[in-house]
Amino acid sequence: MAGGTYEKYKSDGSIGGNILEWVDARFPATSMWKGHLSEYYAPKNFNFWYFFGSLALLVLVIQIVTGIFLVMHYKPDAALNANGVPVAFASVEYIMRDVPGGWIIRYMHSTGASAFFIVVYLHMFRGLLYGSYRKPRELTWLFGVGIFLCLMGEAFFGYLLPWGQMSFWGAQVIVNLFSAIPVIGPDLSILIRGDFVVGDATLNRFFSFHVIAFPLVLLGLIAAHVLALHETGSNNPDGIDIKEKKDANGIPLDGIPFHPYYTVKDIVGVVVFLMVFSAVMFFAPEGGGYFLETPNFYPADPLKTPPHIAPVWYFTPYYSILRAMVWNFFGLDAKFWGVVGMGASVVIFAFLPWLDRSPVRSIRYRGPIYKTMLTIFVICFFILGYLGTLSPSPMGELISQVCTVFYFFFFLGMPWWSRMDKFKPVPERVTMK
Amino acid sequence: MKKFLIALLFAPVLAFASGGSVHVDKWPGSVGDKAALQNGAKLFVNYCLNCHGASYMRYKNLVDLGLTEQAVKDSLMFTSDKIGGLMAVAARSDEQKLWFGATPPDLTIIARARGEAGNAGAGADWLYTYLRSFYRDPNRPTGWNNTVFENVGMPNPLWGLQGQQVMNPETHKLELAVPGKYTAQEYDKQISDLVGFMVWMGEPQQEFRRTLGFFVLAFLALLFVVAYALKKEFWKDIH
Amino acid sequence: MSNQGKMDCGRRRLVVATAAVGGAGAVAALVPFVSSLLPSERAKAAGAPVEVDVSKLESGQMMTVEWRGKPVWIINRTKEMLETLPKLDGAVADPKSDKDMQPAYAKNEHRSIKPELMVVVGICTHLGCSPSSKFKKGAEEGMPGDWLGGFLCPCHGSTFDFAGRVYKAKPAPTNLEVPPHVYLSDTRILIGEDKKGA
Repeated sequence: MAGGTYEKYKSDGSIGGNILEWVDARFPATSMWKGHLSEYYAPKNFNFWYFFGSLALLVLVIQIVTGIFLVMHYKPDAALNANGVPVAFASVEYIMRDVPGGWIIRYMHSTGASAFFIVVYLHMFRGLLYGSYRKPRELTWLFGVGIFLCLMGEAFFGYLLPWGQMSFWGAQVIVNLFSAIPVIGPDLSILIRGDFVVGDATLNRFFSFHVIAFPLVLLGLIAAHVLALHETGSNNPDGIDIKEKKDANGIPLDGIPFHPYYTVKDIVGVVVFLMVFSAVMFFAPEGGGYFLETPNFYPADPLKTPPHIAPVWYFTPYYSILRAMVWNFFGLDAKFWGVVGMGASVVIFAFLPWLDRSPVRSIRYRGPIYKTMLTIFVICFFILGYLGTLSPSPMGELISQVCTVFYFFFFLGMPWWSRMDKFKPVPERVTMK
Repeated sequence: MKKFLIALLFAPVLAFASGGSVHVDKWPGSVGDKAALQNGAKLFVNYCLNCHGASYMRYKNLVDLGLTEQAVKDSLMFTSDKIGGLMAVAARSDEQKLWFGATPPDLTIIARARGEAGNAGAGADWLYTYLRSFYRDPNRPTGWNNTVFENVGMPNPLWGLQGQQVMNPETHKLELAVPGKYTAQEYDKQISDLVGFMVWMGEPQQEFRRTLGFFVLAFLALLFVVAYALKKEFWKDIH
Repeated sequence: MSNQGKMDCGRRRLVVATAAVGGAGAVAALVPFVSSLLPSERAKAAGAPVEVDVSKLESGQMMTVEWRGKPVWIINRTKEMLETLPKLDGAVADPKSDKDMQPAYAKNEHRSIKPELMVVVGICTHLGCSPSSKFKKGAEEGMPGDWLGGFLCPCHGSTFDFAGRVYKAKPAPTNLEVPPHVYLSDTRILIGEDKKGA
């Protein structure tokens, strides 16, 4: 397992072997390879839901590589060019038309943004299904929540860069949320924008955050996430600790080396993912108007708000929660509570390891209460997400309030309802379903 | 488990159920029709480019419509003397603001901008309907109004081709008061060509994109077969 | 735990097949990324051929035009300047212009289409500085006493004659480049293209 000691590589006398021996004496090549891949023992019963971790890593690589090439041509400049179009907006169309292969790279990046959230949401859902956040994997989960927050920031900053109408007004609305914070709010939102409206200064600092600051933090958090996981070992659909049953060599009986077994399996997952990804990228790059929103094909115009502003789909559940808060409490106005609700709806995931009190991890051995609660939670999440794409309406507001209440009850009531369930006995060894 | 997958299918179905409010006609053309696109290009440079720019496009790209560079230079280039030049607007935007109250928008990607969530072809349909829905309205400073775009700033630039429509106050339908160069049917075809050109111009490589996508998927299918066989082979070990 | 021991022939074949197909895909995926590094349509449009009117260029004068962001010199050489060329055949590194630094139609004694009109890229073939003109004979412009006129690169001291030929034992490896060009009329030159309307 990770963290163990491994014998250093001994050369077989060939030139390649000698070089490897030289390197391994000075660098933990063997121990990294063995500790994280060839002798990292993962449970043998991973199912469909276990593809999304490695897929998230793949999308990260796609985003970083395409991002590097986009930065070579993109210009974060809100000034108008000779044709009266903002330079930033024109530079995106320049990439789409004038740069050889530019459209492929740009569509990969824009599709990749949505793909990242799809993959990460499914990855998180896996955690809810099988109790992956439970002891001893709390830190892995916390780093994961950190990654999710960071990803949201990354997506938010990146969305401003094309400098279209949705970019501009989306940023305008979200930055104004900060002005809801009592006392310091209005000054804080000016500090974030660097101007009295979203402007050139905002565009440049968002560009800096998007291409430098957040990617660096993201990489660090991802490394921590994987290291923490490899320290405790992976969970599995049965929620059993495979380390408890070991053979004479100290190898878990239900464990198999990650490499080659899960590498070859993940390759299949990667190919299937790439097929879906390519189908969207080549045949519906706008993602039906959800991945690339149509108002964003108009350049940013600070004097004209589009008739209907909606955040990109991956933010809409939280946006609905924001809009659902319409009451003033404790002398603070609804706007403030909306922001609190939105922030809390994301951060609350971090507390799951301590909210869940069930004696078993996996949904397979939990009773009807958890299955019902999780189903309703997912449905609420989708309804909130869908309502967030629509214009506000009285009916929508009521539905989103109901869903918001349940959303928070799912988490805050968990210490009680998670204990009341009827549990099935957990098997000694993992099952291959 | 199945329940969750059903729930996953829930959202997109709901999303597609929403629709627009103004009735629009379906654009009958296709971006694969080169002859129609050439005609559309001709209409565009003659009737649109005077006031609207297409400033992300280069004249050179028009070669992809099956024209030679010489043909583009001779019949389509009015605002630039360089084949590699951008299709910029002839008029100056600050002067236009004075004439129309607003700078006419750049039209390069207008077909994409007019699209709707869940309906990729909505932009083309809207343009196709809009350009056929102008009518005479003495209450407007330009003398023109539009049933799809109420109180539009633009007068009908194609009235010479379409003729002049008026709104029948009883039926609230448009009627042709003064005939133009074309019959209604011919005019619809012209507008269809023009819209086709604007759809093509929104993303000139779109046909190539789809072709390439087909090859990419075919390749990935092959890779899937090999990768799946490899996985099966290794997983023989695991019981 | 050694996989090599268990690696039978069929398994090895599948690994190779997957690596080969996947590798081919990875190479194909590189194409858009590498091609995005090439000059864009904008750069190509900016690098389009340049038309120059030389009717006002007097004998002994030189003009500079920009083509693809580089200075292109057009020098209307006097008879006297042209006479220096054969004298220098021994002093320059490539007197017959054997190295491919000019189109075939400029591979001659005066390295130009018309003997008096020299069209040449004013970028030193050493490390890319632009040489300065030292047209006057002798030491008047700070050159050696036996200087017959030509160009001096200020960066590393390479010297060129009136046909852009580099002197021997100088850092620049080749003569100055003659760009493709064509006469549209007696006094109009199109720089960047070989044939009319191509």
